[in-house]
Amino acid sequence: MTPARQRRMWLVLLILLGAGVATALALTALNQNIQHFFSPSDIALGQAPTARAFRLGGIVEEGSVARLGSGLTVSFVVTDRFKTQPAQFTGILPDLFREGQSVVAIGELNNGMFVADEVLAKHDETYMPAEVADAIARAQVKKASADSSSIAAPAPAAAGPKGY
Amino acid sequence: MLPELGNFALALALVLALCQAVLPVWGSYSGDTRLMAMARPLVVGQFAFVALAFAILTHAFLVNDFSTAYVANNSNSLLPWYYRLSAVWGGHEGSLLLWALVLAGWSIAVAAMSRSLPQVFMARVIAVLGVIAIGFLSFMIFTSNPFDRVLPAALEGRDLNPLLQDFGLIVHPPMLYMGYVGFAVAFAFAIAALLEQKVDERWVRWARPWTLAAWGFLTIGIALGSWWAYYELGWGGWWFWDPVENASFMPWLIGTALIHSQIVTEKRGNFRAWTLLLAIFAFSFSLLGTFLVRSGVLTSVHAFANDPSRGLFILAFLGVVTTGALLLYAIRAPRLEHGGEQPFAPLSRESLIMANNLMMVSACAMILLGTLYPLLADAMGWGKVSVGPPYFGVLFTWLMVPIVLLMPFGPFAKWRRDSFSALARPAATGLIIASLAAITAWLWVNDLPWRAIAGIFGGAWIIGMSALWAWRLLRDPARRGSFNGGRLGMWLAHIGVGVFVVGVLVKESTTIEKDVSMAPGDRIAVRGLSVEFEQMRRYTGPNYHADQGVFNVYDGDRLLTTLTPAKRQYKARGDQMTEAAIDAGFTRDLYVSLGERIGTDGAWAVRVYHKPFVRWIWLGALLMMLGAFVAALDKRYRRVPASEPTEAPTAQQRAAPALNAAARQG
Repeated sequence: MTPARQRRMWLVLLILLGAGVATALALTALNQNIQHFFSPSDIALGQAPTARAFRLGGIVEEGSVARLGSGLTVSFVVTDRFKTQPAQFTGILPDLFREGQSVVAIGELNNGMFVADEVLAKHDETYMPAEVADAIARAQVKKASADSSSIAAPAPAAAGPKGY
Repeated sequence: MLPELGNFALALALVLALCQAVLPVWGSYSGDTRLMAMARPLVVGQFAFVALAFAILTHAFLVNDFSTAYVANNSNSLLPWYYRLSAVWGGHEGSLLLWALVLAGWSIAVAAMSRSLPQVFMARVIAVLGVIAIGFLSFMIFTSNPFDRVLPAALEGRDLNPLLQDFGLIVHPPMLYMGYVGFAVAFAFAIAALLEQKVDERWVRWARPWTLAAWGFLTIGIALGSWWAYYELGWGGWWFWDPVENASFMPWLIGTALIHSQIVTEKRGNFRAWTLLLAIFAFSFSLLGTFLVRSGVLTSVHAFANDPSRGLFILAFLGVVTTGALLLYAIRAPRLEHGGEQPFAPLSRESLIMANNLMMVSACAMILLGTLYPLLADAMGWGKVSVGPPYFGVLFTWLMVPIVLLMPFGPFAKWRRDSFSALARPAATGLIIASLAAITAWLWVNDLPWRAIAGIFGGAWIIGMSALWAWRLLRDPARRGSFNGGRLGMWLAHIGVGVFVVGVLVKESTTIEKDVSMAPGDRIAVRGLSVEFEQMRRYTGPNYHADQGVFNVYDGDRLLTTLTPAKRQYKARGDQMTEAAIDAGFTRDLYVSLGERIGTDGAWAVRVYHKPFVRWIWLGALLMMLGAFVAALDKRYRRVPASEPTEAPTAQQRAAPALNAAARQG
């Protein structure tokens, strides 16, 4: 091998090594930071993890928002119009957090209570996150199959992204 | 009647873009100079009609023409005139029209300032710009026409989203689009070069100011978005690793790699194929950004209500442009004329720029993985997931460590080969300056976190060595004259990185955030300052009512300032908006914003944040932008290279013994 080729080979090996290490690090970091999304129905089925943060999404149930004492802790109920999940958040809620509107919260389950670290704000009140729309659609299908004999379920407050 | 005229103007612009994409290329292959000469008039025509359409839409906003659906959805008669103006690009359709206008503007600038290029090459560059214009104009006409009517006309508009009723939003999208679309010029240049199978140094030299200008606009566009998010979203963050932010950051990273590799290709003739590939990717990532924002496939704070057919169209366009360009690259790049490739040692300016390129591309790949992973997981049935910000934050920080450490060596290192001993002296000086700065900061402030110390060290390392470099250059009368626009620009941008590093690390590690419940009369202490909640009052704006808090800030007994954060209730949509109040300073910001009313005793949830050095983040970005523009305006780029062959020797013509002397110069 000529010295020039040898140098080139070393360079290629170094780059490959670097890329390998970088990929391994990136995948490890990715694995540690993935947050899964669960709806209240998923939680009712026991699919959500207990000692790991995840995203809870649905609609803030009407009449469920209550302030605990005089502090900044708020409790509310997230629903997919099939099952419900009580949640708690200490801090300042985003402007678009409202009863009857969709919400995505990040946090952990603690004895059946979802303790949120973060409640996400959206730019647009008519926008429903795709994952929430999907969760509500899934809940509707379940509901339809669960009580197929009864009359159609009440429509969810918002069904999917509304274009205008 | 006018909106129909606007529609017609768009259709004509599309027809002209079609001609622009076909005729000059046809001429370039058949050798018909008349067809090639049509490139410039066609560009002018296309620009004129897109500008006419834009003017008509602007007019519709100014006169409150609510029979136009887009105006009815994004404006309101109560909206002040300047927001009606910026509402033109406040929604989907109008922002596409802005895209098309900016593209036509860049095309006309290219057509006007390219007389020195060979006609064949020019014809192809303009034709590629025409292909891109076809994509965006037909996207607008077929899926998102801003001139669609609503019949009967709406009596009142739905109003512009209150978040967008802000100065930051007037300027952020145009700057960002100038950057995105500016990369189309570098892209068109790369495609033309591949068609020609040749990368001429003169063409690279011609493309450099365009790429630098695009990069400068993108830098300021991203910085404005970050600044806007900081004061307008009301929770004091400046960067969220949100998919849409990532979408604008990826082309920036590739663009950063590109403006550096272009230097090597121009000065040394190396990295030719790589420069072309980067140009293709910089623009592809700009298109990907447009797709991510406009399709709403990702959950993001920027995701507005969207129509899936639109996403599909952009995805198809992205696919055609990117795969087409990459296919051409795969076929032609191995056959590019070589000639002029210069060998270089592991320690040389070439190697340092290569290291820069590797880190920038790795950072981009890492962000791409994190941004698209949720889509991949969804498609593969792994469930609905999202990637938390720590993934990006931690990986990006570590990827930037080598950048910060190696960057100051770039200007010192010689082309082709340098020695450790020659670089050791500036490094020693830099190390002393950085250590002194870090130790001073550590002694000055009690309990300074290690990340803040690291930031001050890194920033002082970059700024110190840059200062030393400039001093050495200016001290030597023989070399003083070579401190030209290109070098001054590089110097400013590198110092900007240093300022940015200090800002980010100090701000991130020392910020104090207090979310508290306060009633009128309450006081709260934050880092030696005392914030008193005096009272709430109500006032009425042009299109909203507001609850305004009055907060007095005391330094000891001295009243420093009075901050008035507000909670606005917009009349048209009933939306609520938080207006933060910020006492901005060079070394710290005091940030107060209102949450909601708690209980009945007049108490409110209040955010009181103390953020040291946060301004340095945007100051750094401003310096980078300034550097890019100063470099882009360097007179050397405007010379007609063909007429001065002796003054601007190409890499091949340089004699080897002269290399070291030339390398010192640049």
